Amino acid sequence: MANVLELSKIRKSFGTELVLNDLSLSVPEHTATVLIGASGSGKSTLLRCINLLESIDDGQIFLDGEEISDPLINVDEVRRKLGMVFQSFNLFPHKTVLENITLAPIKVQGKSKEEAITATLALLKRFDLADKADQYPDRLSGGQQQRVAIIRSLALNPRLLLLDEITSALDPVLVNEVLSIVRDLKSDGMTMVLATHEMGFATQVADEVCFLESGNILERGSAQDVLHAPKNPKTQEFLKRVHQAGRL
Amino acid sequence: MSERINSAWSPSSREIQRRGERKRISRRQAAIAAVSTTVVLGTLLIILVTSPGWEIVKNTFFDIDYGREVFPTVIAGLWINLQLTFIGGAAIGVIALGLALLRTTKSPALTPFRFLATAYVDIFRGAPLILIILLVGFGVPALQLKGISSNVIFLGTVAVVLTYSAYVAEVIRSGILSIHPSQRAAARSLGLTSGQTMRYVVLPQAIRRVVPPLLNDFVSLLKDTGLVSILGVTDAVRAAQINASRTFNYTPYVVAAVLFLLITIPMTRYTDRAIRQRTNAQSSEGAI
Ligand SMILES: Nc1ncnc2c1ncn2[C@@H]1O[C@H](COP(=O)(O)OP(=O)(O)OP(=O)(O)O)[C@@H](O)[C@H]1O
Ligand SMILES: [Mg+2]
Repeated sequence: MANVLELSKIRKSFGTELVLNDLSLSVPEHTATVLIGASGSGKSTLLRCINLLESIDDGQIFLDGEEISDPLINVDEVRRKLGMVFQSFNLFPHKTVLENITLAPIKVQGKSKEEAITATLALLKRFDLADKADQYPDRLSGGQQQRVAIIRSLALNPRLLLLDEITSALDPVLVNEVLSIVRDLKSDGMTMVLATHEMGFATQVADEVCFLESGNILERGSAQDVLHAPKNPKTQEFLKRVHQAGRL
Repeated sequence: MSERINSAWSPSSREIQRRGERKRISRRQAAIAAVSTTVVLGTLLIILVTSPGWEIVKNTFFDIDYGREVFPTVIAGLWINLQLTFIGGAAIGVIALGLALLRTTKSPALTPFRFLATAYVDIFRGAPLILIILLVGFGVPALQLKGISSNVIFLGTVAVVLTYSAYVAEVIRSGILSIHPSQRAAARSLGLTSGQTMRYVVLPQAIRRVVPPLLNDFVSLLKDTGLVSILGVTDAVRAAQINASRTFNYTPYVVAAVLFLLITIPMTRYTDRAIRQRTNAQSSEGAI
């Protein structure tokens, strides 16, 4: 299996704060890599670096073997191959659901309007949102908004999907409708890197779980190993706290 | 997909009682407001008409017959103000948008233009409009450039456009800056270029946000077109002035003022409503 994403010795600091330190990671095709770790451990920063929303201080990032951390790379072209979904949805409030989703296929991929709309309506139907196509985002529930945000990044057929705590702004009841989309995508063979606090969900989808702590991956392995039989005392400590908070 | 409202529903007796109470309360409040308004306005009116100079003021400022006589010339002048406002307003919109975009761009190729735009805004926002009108109105003809009209209406409009473009550019720029960076991040992560992000995501939201302040500027623009009268343009203010200096009766000024108010007050009311709606919309945006 070829690696879709390859991170080699990534380093990133904000001012004097070292957020990512010599971090390496490989993501093979059709797998889901789950990032866990305390708040502030650098999960979002890592995802933003992969998406070139942040520039790294050292190390290399490869997408399908091509170095995308090269300053001469066309960032817009790289981002076309990456989908990113944010914790706060970030839908465009002045555009309807349909317009939110078709904007990039039309303007970025140069699809015709009809083609983009047909494809979008099919996706909306698949994820039970067909009746919301003409609504504005503020008329949707949080769960519906986040599903639209996921579909928006799927519409570009990304090589790799980056999901940053996509359920942490949602009511517990709404979490499952969003996670079930991700499960579907996983069984479709989508390659994903996701940060989450939902350990049960991580167990279901993760091919590899990485525990981030002070800028590096302290422990990695199958969900079974890392989440249920952690070896590193810091991982044990973290999972105990999560357990006490009732999230396992 | 909520359930349909049950058509067989009729209000309970408690609801009917509540509606009656609400109606009584609002009627009482209307009555209080009416009484209080009458007392306050009535008192002011009595103070005015019983003041020692009232007779003179009435004859020199509120001479109804004379007002009627000058009305056609003043309204013809007002037509000039309105034309100036709309033609100037369109030019201001275009120039201001360009300035705002230049000032927010990060493109290295446009760096010199960014500096120029900043300097432009600083100068025209900082200098009194009346000075700009005088400088353009008397300075440009003195240059004796070929092909540049020395028509006072044209030069007056240019001066107003130059100044207001700077004001409006700042309003639009503040709108652009008020859009949360996460919107930009979302657009860029979909592969949109920075230009596309500005055009399809940031600018439409920014403009919507600044419509109320822009309407305010539009009202000010209408009033400030009165300043071009100093160049000799026969607008409403100038028309009134000509008549007043001929007869030493100031009623034409009052006529001009009333005409301006007839246009600006409805516009201001409308703006206030737009602001209120904007605030409501924003608080619901924040609730997401
Ligand atoms: N733009 C920024 N400027 C300065 N510091 C930042 C910036 N973004 C993140 N940081 C810092 O980097 C560290 C890692 O932040 P990050 O958002 O990646 O954590 P996280 O693991 O995603 O946390 P959470 O679970 O709360 O989302 C934090 O200490 C944060 O303060
Ligand atoms: Mg985060």
